[in-house]
Amino acid sequence: MKYAGLLVMPAGFFLALAALVLFPDPVSRAAFVLCGLGVECLGLGVAVRGHMAARGESR
Amino acid sequence: MNTPPPISDALFALTLALLLVAPLAIAGVALINTGLGRCRSAAQALLGNLAMVAVTAIVFALVGATFAGCLPGGAGHILHLAGKPWSWLGEGPYLLGGLSNTPLHSQLALVFELMAIALAALIPWGSGADRLRLTAGCAIAALMAATVFPLLAHWVWGGGWLGQLGVNFSLGAGFLDSGGAATVQVLGGLSALAVVWIAGPRKGKFPKEGLSTALPGHNAVYVLFGCLLALVGWLGWNVAGAVLWLHAPLALLPVTAINTLLSAAGALASTFAVTRFRFGKPDASLCANGWLAGLVASSACAGLVTPIQSLFIGVVAGIGTPLLVEVLELALSIDDPSGAITVHAVGGLWGLLAAGIFAPQPGQLLAQLVGIATLLGVMLPLVYLLFWLLNRVVPFRVDADGERIGMDLHELGGGAYPEFVIHRDESYR
Repeated sequence: MKYAGLLVMPAGFFLALAALVLFPDPVSRAAFVLCGLGVECLGLGVAVRGHMAARGESR
Repeated sequence: MNTPPPISDALFALTLALLLVAPLAIAGVALINTGLGRCRSAAQALLGNLAMVAVTAIVFALVGATFAGCLPGGAGHILHLAGKPWSWLGEGPYLLGGLSNTPLHSQLALVFELMAIALAALIPWGSGADRLRLTAGCAIAALMAATVFPLLAHWVWGGGWLGQLGVNFSLGAGFLDSGGAATVQVLGGLSALAVVWIAGPRKGKFPKEGLSTALPGHNAVYVLFGCLLALVGWLGWNVAGAVLWLHAPLALLPVTAINTLLSAAGALASTFAVTRFRFGKPDASLCANGWLAGLVASSACAGLVTPIQSLFIGVVAGIGTPLLVEVLELALSIDDPSGAITVHAVGGLWGLLAAGIFAPQPGQLLAQLVGIATLLGVMLPLVYLLFWLLNRVVPFRVDADGERIGMDLHELGGGAYPEFVIHRDESYR
């Protein structure tokens, strides 16, 4: 689960990068960059949950 | 690397003098790392800090500086995408060749980056206190100095794609990080998270039943004196960074110093108030963490904001720090003895965001957000992958016996305080 979360995070980065290339309009660009950050936060959340689950099992 | 602007002799001398004060920040963080660990690991912790500085200096000079692009050399490695150049890796002379003939600005940039990587490497070492082996710490420092730091330093400072976001995409002045909030603090904080995840918590920290065990730092005096040393170093660091990376005029330098101090002061005051309110008395180690978080946040924005905005940034950092330290330990089962993940990673991210919010240039906020997305989306997974592989070759964690007797006896054969009687550890019963 931790690895899945960490794999999701680069996807958010590429979304932010794509926003720069694809959208000249500042509003759409900002929205997509924020979406990218959202995906990264989701990935980080999953990774943290994975860490907690692993810690719970090893106690 | 872009052609550096000419720098006058007087400004060169001033910046060099400031950079020679900057190692006090390293000394401060080293003392904080040592003081927040346990007494039976104190000598190993401080020797580790010294070793990290040595290892990073050697590896960065031999390998990292070439790819960081701080010295003028080749054109670098550029990817052309959507009609724009994306410089993703620097190219400079090998083994610092021809250093004395390079422009003064580039020489100062190299000094800045040599110190920056030393500080960045100390951050995960503090988080791995009391269980991270000295060899593993040195290997982590070498890996950071050879790979992730040069990559990020080139992107931000060496004319890389993040620094060029303003030119290529009209996003303010590009990603701004004059004091190393991203390249040093956030990178170090994310490395600390990776180390903590891989090495696991200290034995007895999270017992089978009940809440986590408090393992307080062994020397609050080291920690608090380290904070004072760090202030001096940070003042030099932020002002030198404003000259080097923001090309700030002389009139802006006193404001940068004042902003650094105000951010730290605001953070300390708010952490003091929060811990006083929550625990009935102010907590010394959390106040130290708050102070440091204020300094970290100022790294991103001291040269860009007004004193009042800097105070606000520090206050927010100081309120968030003790709360987040508690959440990480109690809710997320993350054992971070030095609080580096909160202080350096989150404090640095907040500073970078605040720089975007308060900077006058339009589009700056978006440039900062892209930088933050890069740190979280590229650097954290990359650092975790590299450390995970490194752990297969050089195991991070000491064996159970070493952890029981303490890192000093296990790794050095003698304690930091040989005349002290170390009490029995109740958590091993």
